[in-house]
Amino acid sequence: MSARTEGARAERKLGLWLAAPAAVIMVAVTGWPIVYSFLLSLQRADLRFPEQQAWIGFENYGTVLSSPYWWNAFWVTLLITVVSVAFELVLGMLLAIAMYRTLVGRGLVRTVVLIPYGIVTVAAAYGWKYAWTPGTGWLANLLPDGTAPLTEQWPAIGIIIVAEIWKTTPFMALLLMAGLAVVPEELLRAASMDGATGWQRFTKVTLPLMKPAILVALLFRTLDAFRIFDNIYVLTNGAQNTSSVSIIAYHNLIGGLNLGIGSTMSVLILITVAIIAFVFIKIFGASAPGSERR
Amino acid sequence: MSRCLKGVLVAAALLPAACSSGGDSGIPEINFYNSPQQNIKAIAERCTKLADGRYKIVVNILPRDADGQREQLVRRLAAADPGLDVLALDVTWTAELAEAGWIREWTGENAKKAIEGTLKMPLDTALWQGKLYAAPYTTNVQLLWYRSDLVPNPPATWQGIMAEAARLAKAGKPHYGEVTGAQYEGLVVWFNSMVMSAGGQILQEGGTKVALGPPALEALKVMRAYATSKAADPSLSNTHEDEARLAVEAGRAAFQVNWPYVYASMASNKPDMLPNFKWAPYPGVTGPGRSPLGGANFAVSRYSEHPELAYDAALCLRDAESQKTAAIKDGLPPTLEAVYADPAMAEPYPMRQAILDALKTAAPRPKTPTYQNVSTMISAILSPPAAIQPASTLVQLRQQISDALQSKGVLP
Repeated sequence: MSARTEGARAERKLGLWLAAPAAVIMVAVTGWPIVYSFLLSLQRADLRFPEQQAWIGFENYGTVLSSPYWWNAFWVTLLITVVSVAFELVLGMLLAIAMYRTLVGRGLVRTVVLIPYGIVTVAAAYGWKYAWTPGTGWLANLLPDGTAPLTEQWPAIGIIIVAEIWKTTPFMALLLMAGLAVVPEELLRAASMDGATGWQRFTKVTLPLMKPAILVALLFRTLDAFRIFDNIYVLTNGAQNTSSVSIIAYHNLIGGLNLGIGSTMSVLILITVAIIAFVFIKIFGASAPGSERR
Repeated sequence: MSRCLKGVLVAAALLPAACSSGGDSGIPEINFYNSPQQNIKAIAERCTKLADGRYKIVVNILPRDADGQREQLVRRLAAADPGLDVLALDVTWTAELAEAGWIREWTGENAKKAIEGTLKMPLDTALWQGKLYAAPYTTNVQLLWYRSDLVPNPPATWQGIMAEAARLAKAGKPHYGEVTGAQYEGLVVWFNSMVMSAGGQILQEGGTKVALGPPALEALKVMRAYATSKAADPSLSNTHEDEARLAVEAGRAAFQVNWPYVYASMASNKPDMLPNFKWAPYPGVTGPGRSPLGGANFAVSRYSEHPELAYDAALCLRDAESQKTAAIKDGLPPTLEAVYADPAMAEPYPMRQAILDALKTAAPRPKTPTYQNVSTMISAILSPPAAIQPASTLVQLRQQISDALQSKGVLP
């Protein structure tokens, strides 16, 4: 008995040793930038005033958290995240079922569905931008003369959301299709024998079994959507109050050369993302990936 | 993991090779960063030839938009990149880069050569705290361009344009007066000229305090009135220089305030419209207007490994011959007064006297190391121009420019 535990312990030790180099590199490449930006967020660090660099505690946090621009960007980001992920989940599920159930031309259907996801976001965003530009764009020409939707806040946010949904629904569908594949065919057949309707089979059998896959898909997409950058950068670059938190952080960090304020924003984004992840795991509880109870 | 390590090793091995300057031939390379300009290679080749083996100028093209150019330059400078020698700077960046210690002061013989014969206004944009940080290359002023077939007498004020536009609109003729009203530097350029035309300034002398005041209120009132008048294009809040130019070329607009490049563009795109395409001084608020002042200056990077050669190259790249090429072939107005008198300038620059006159009273933008912040704030607050509420917008401007000057607060 004890020999066996000792063997297990030795094996465990070896495992740790083998994993150590990877862990060390992970910490070095992800941990250090996080620590560094946290340290910068506690300083007045503006590249244009190198002599005025100083430790100022949490003053930057006060500045950012009391700025209407930050909160506007925060709510805009949240709105884009919630609306686009909700649409993506529904549309992605429909696409996933379509892709999973298609009997003829399965390869073709899957390829076609994945095209938007395969296009570089910046290139696709330019496509959308030109489509909505008055005079040259095919979509703008459908609108009454003299309307320039990208120059107004709400229409622009709407266009950003549409571009996001169009772009990433296939990714959602792909993740959900993997979930569909784990639902055993015999369970569905048994339910059908017991008289369950198609809708009942979907809500009572398929969905509960897919819960882990849905969680992963939602988590990935929510975190991704919250960090939205390229679509907005190309479509409006944050004009007319359409900045996301990443865009505003970029403007302060790279445009304003203000490392202190920019790093503060990065840290706040990290905290928000951590909260989102935590809430997801809490809601989905036991079915969260990595949890041992099933 | 091994793949990752290998990647790091490969990158490390490549870096020194990629970063070193100096070609195979042993002749030092002077890396010159310039905005896209068609004939810049020819200008640089001439200077390389004149250097007679002392150095070789390598032209690097920056992005087309000013923000993209600044971003690339400051990122490299912040990383102390030795691969930059001569940098073409927008006239508004001098203070920022000088204060950050990224560009070298011009002194002695080099400074003397850069100052000699240079027009006063453009030279002033290369100064910060009384020291010279760059050699002026090109300058620029906006003029009022109008169609003489629609407007027999050019208006002298913005009110005048509005009145003419109302008259044309009533007659069912093209009546828009194009101005850069999109949320970007062009809107700041417009506002700055309005404030200065009304007799004020955005910042006080020294650039550390907000000035604004009654002239700014007057400017805001006129901008709002203009944006809601018959003269305003419906897409005013999305108009950059190019949209303004195209609206006139397409026959949609009767006027535009714009840089002189629109003349060359009209000549090649719509030669039949050229005889009626005329220019007049920049419109004023009450009295004569003060044109926006643009242009580019050459600076030498702090991290250059061959500073003396870089000064020499910069001086050649902006000498009379180079400026003449830039003016005639690329439409960029010279900063050396003598070049304007060159007979070859007459045909491409029929408006050269108007440019020289405008340069005497042009409105330079405020000088401050935080110009980027100030400008971003102004354009965010003033956009869209039709929504300006003069009194409350002024309060907002005063407050947020003041924060921006101290690099306090958050940029939108």
